[in-house]
Amino acid sequence: MKTGIAGSLESNDVMITIKESEEQKIEIKSIVDAFFHDDIENTVKDVLRTKKLENVEVLVQDRGALDYTIRARLLTAIARMEKSDD
Amino acid sequence: MIRSLLFVPGNNPGMIQSADVFGADGVIFDLEDSVHIYEKDNARNLVGSFLANHPIRPAKIVVRINSFDSPYVIADLEAIVSDRIDYILLPKATAKDLKQLDEHLTEIEKKTGMQKTIGVIPLIESAASLVEAKNIAFCPRVEAMMLGAEDFTADMGITRTKKGDELAYPRAKLAVICKAYDILAIDTPFTDVNDDLGLRDDALTAMNLGFTGKAAIHPRQVGIINNVFSPTEEKITWAKRVMEAKKDADKKGFGVFSLDGKMIDKPVIARALAIREQARACKAWDDNDEE
Repeated sequence: MKTGIAGSLESNDVMITIKESEEQKIEIKSIVDAFFHDDIENTVKDVLRTKKLENVEVLVQDRGALDYTIRARLLTAIARMEKSDD
Repeated sequence: MIRSLLFVPGNNPGMIQSADVFGADGVIFDLEDSVHIYEKDNARNLVGSFLANHPIRPAKIVVRINSFDSPYVIADLEAIVSDRIDYILLPKATAKDLKQLDEHLTEIEKKTGMQKTIGVIPLIESAASLVEAKNIAFCPRVEAMMLGAEDFTADMGITRTKKGDELAYPRAKLAVICKAYDILAIDTPFTDVNDDLGLRDDALTAMNLGFTGKAAIHPRQVGIINNVFSPTEEKITWAKRVMEAKKDADKKGFGVFSLDGKMIDKPVIARALAIREQARACKAWDDNDEE
């Protein structure tokens, strides 16, 4: 199964793992989950929509990353997944 | 006016989003040496996303891309070139590289319909680059040159010292070429971030040779560098007095006059005018004082 990982668990960063799946599934673990869960999910969905990716499983391990960081890490994870071997 | 340029690692979101608060005249988002070879894609996406999406950005933005002897140049440029950046800092620069960079930038600017032309700051980091620095300065888009002392001394096979005697010749040569081509001369970073006095001495040495600014590798270096490359109160007062004395001399029709017993002629007036411009850029000159 193709998988891509990008980012880190440092403060202000996020680690994103993405892999092929039979359905879309987004799991968010964030230190600011109570306040920003929906914002993070919307950002992830927006990037997936832009990249025309539907059937993927995304794990977001957030350490307080801002929107631009989540977008960047997800884009890198997607590119790495696409380049990875099955 | 660029007195200080602060290097910020391109793969560190915490530092990238705080880059505007340290008082540097410009920030260099680094995609080269501070980024591990396995993280180049992460860094260029992060800097690209910051530039495209983050609402607050530093006043002057420079991006150090990877050098032309790496496979990353095109991907770096495609990720970061936009109206939101001011300069590309090109490591290990040669005149040949600058020609290629100009072609790539022109293509991207046309393709994306950009409103501005991106400037280039070549990093002079080898004996060969220093020898052809005059040709490099003459290349399109070059608005400043920076000395990269770590790579330069490595290329020469000599040791870099804190005192920096080994940099006297490259610094002097680069400063003179920059002046001759009317571009900014940016000095190499001082690498001991805990030695404030050493940094001050190093910056003063560069300034006295003709450098107009200096790179910083830590936020705590920015204030010291800004201070060294700003005109002192003493210089500003002297420049104001020269301006006043010149007005009197103009009324009397004197081309040369004296102030405190010293002859003031055209080169001295030019120095006073240069101090006035520097002081204005630092908001340390009140034009109302010039009556």
